Amino acid sequence: MFKIFARLEWKSFLRSAAFKQNLLFKIFIGFFAVLFLIEFAAIGAFSYFIIEEFIEDGKLAAANPFALINKFLVYWFAIDLVFRYFFQKMPVANIKPLLYLPFTKGKIVSYAMGKTVLSFFNILPGFFFAPFTIVLLIEGYDPLGVLSWHIAMLCITLLLNFLNVFLNNADKVFYPVVALIALLGVSQYYQFFDITDYTGPVFEFFYQQAWSFILPLGLAYITARYAYTYFKKQLYLDDGLQAQHETAKTENLDFLNRFGTMSTYLKNDVKLIKRNKRARTTFIMGFLFIFYGLFFTSDFYSGMDFGKVFAALFCTGGFLFSFGGLVPSWDSSYYKLMMSQNIPYRDFLLSKWWLMVVMTVISTALSCFYVYLGIEWLYAILAGAVYNIGLNASVTLLGGAFVKTPIDLTSNKKAFGDSKAFNIKTLLLTIPKMILPIVIYYVFALTLSMEAGFIAIAATGLLGLIFRNKILGMVEQIYKNEKYDTIAAYAQKD
Amino acid sequence: MIQINNLTKKYADATVLDIDQLQIQRGQSIGLVGNNGAGKTTLFSLLLDLIEPTTGHIISNNVQVNQSEDWKPFTSAFVDESFLIGYLTPEEYLYFIGELRGQSRQAVDALMDQYSDFFNGEAIGQKKYLRDLSKGNQKKVGIIAALIGSPEVIILDEPFANLDPSTQIRLKGIIKELSSDPRVTMLISSHDLIHVTEVADRVVLLEKGKVVMDKVKDAGTFAQLEQYFKGISELHVADAAAVPPEIVNQEEE
Repeated sequence: MFKIFARLEWKSFLRSAAFKQNLLFKIFIGFFAVLFLIEFAAIGAFSYFIIEEFIEDGKLAAANPFALINKFLVYWFAIDLVFRYFFQKMPVANIKPLLYLPFTKGKIVSYAMGKTVLSFFNILPGFFFAPFTIVLLIEGYDPLGVLSWHIAMLCITLLLNFLNVFLNNADKVFYPVVALIALLGVSQYYQFFDITDYTGPVFEFFYQQAWSFILPLGLAYITARYAYTYFKKQLYLDDGLQAQHETAKTENLDFLNRFGTMSTYLKNDVKLIKRNKRARTTFIMGFLFIFYGLFFTSDFYSGMDFGKVFAALFCTGGFLFSFGGLVPSWDSSYYKLMMSQNIPYRDFLLSKWWLMVVMTVISTALSCFYVYLGIEWLYAILAGAVYNIGLNASVTLLGGAFVKTPIDLTSNKKAFGDSKAFNIKTLLLTIPKMILPIVIYYVFALTLSMEAGFIAIAATGLLGLIFRNKILGMVEQIYKNEKYDTIAAYAQKD
Repeated sequence: MIQINNLTKKYADATVLDIDQLQIQRGQSIGLVGNNGAGKTTLFSLLLDLIEPTTGHIISNNVQVNQSEDWKPFTSAFVDESFLIGYLTPEEYLYFIGELRGQSRQAVDALMDQYSDFFNGEAIGQKKYLRDLSKGNQKKVGIIAALIGSPEVIILDEPFANLDPSTQIRLKGIIKELSSDPRVTMLISSHDLIHVTEVADRVVLLEKGKVVMDKVKDAGTFAQLEQYFKGISELHVADAAAVPPEIVNQEEE
């Protein structure tokens, strides 16, 4: 019986979409998967020494590396949970064909849950914790305590795994929790309130009291039991195995009618973003880029102005890059319809263009808080915004025209970047998008002044606006030339 | 209205469609039959310029479909679910198609009203997105959407599949009514020989990409088709011998 399940699993693995790529790509993917694991293991092995060095240099304030890790573990697990929520899928889809076969329901549930335990999300943390634990032992920490701590960590990881089983699709709970975590992180950064002062000792406790791993173990067990019964109860086609149906809400978007013939598409695009998981995720991620600039506020970049230019482009253009780069794939599921209807490409493109422009303006307004870090940040943000609107909006659409990856709107799988979406042409187009503004900045900043550099970026953006119709014309031509290929590519299901 | 000349479609070395000549007069309704893989959907995709012909071309109302896009305003189709926008409600979808075809909201409302018995209280007016409707209800919406804006060429690929009996009867009524309009040319494919012979004026039988029978419908057409598919008929000597005499009742992939 186990053999049957194992064989099923093996086939589904070999025949999954990721494996259907060409050989080169398989090697590429395999290489990165292994690299990722090795990296995690390396972090686990070396983080202790790196942190130790930082502490000795006085760059980090902590009693010892272990204490520091314990302090920040709460964020580790928070991020773990967030990633699981977004990307770890419950193995519901493969259960249906098993239901009527002579297995007990308990076995099916155990199988499904056992499968989640073996997921990448549990293996990856293991690759971090195991070497880290070994280092702790070598460093002379109490073996019993370390062992207890290690088991506790794995139990918490499993606890999150099972928690995710019944946490699925609880958006109303989930997003506030994410907001809270983000808020805690920010308030810690600015030293208003430090949650790790309270959570650090908890993780420390698992080490100090060698018996205490029982607590997370027990909790993990209880959650697993609960997930088991919850899952088992839902094992009906019209219950847990049914695809979730949202109640349709029709909103009045007539105010968009002022955009003329384009409004037809614009209204559709707004609905696209509102009603589809994948598009919504992209939308939210686009806005999270506003905080990307914070990376460049650290002292490390203080002398390097390209950081500011880079940050400004990302803060204001997060949505533009993430959404625009996948036009026309957003409409892939009904592309045949679009191609057999009387649709002028120009209006279709312009609708996306306006959407990107409006979102860039909003992101820019939200990014203005960077002014607290110095007026030059505001200059950078504004210059970046003008450049994004003027040039990058149309260049991004040009890049998207080369991407022929169908998008499954209802699933978040692959939301993190589609392997096939990277090709040489889109890669080349990052030059005008990212590198050109930095070059322009330095040409003028080094010869004249910082202000001149920012003005030059904005001026280039404005110039780009003149070429907008020319670029959109090119995009149109690509759409026309590649029409049959695109239709065929979008018809492929994986 | 539609002229097909020397049309072939090849994939690698398999020829999936090979039609020398096919003329369709304005106002005719064509029933297209054939087993799976006969080339019905390929022909429809070529008519809609969704795939590129290997040789030859289709001229629809003096427009060569793979050269100009001027056929779009007078042509409409429902081929499969990829013609539906899953995240819209049925009403929104119909309004959207209406806007693309230059129809006012009122005109679309009137159309929905006209076909309210076809919807049978389902599909329309529920708080559901198209992706959450059953296949049958999705099909209803797709078919009605293909009628928006008085198109002159209507292409429906297996419109009867997945529909419940009452809706099939209503759809037959709708198609008959449309085909009595001398401006409307229709192409309908189906695996159900009874439906086809009932609604079409002319039946075209495809087998392995070739037209093996093409005749104006008369009282004997159904019997002929049935015989052909049974493989007993000796009328179509060359092909029939090679064809496995089986009626496959599955939907085409």
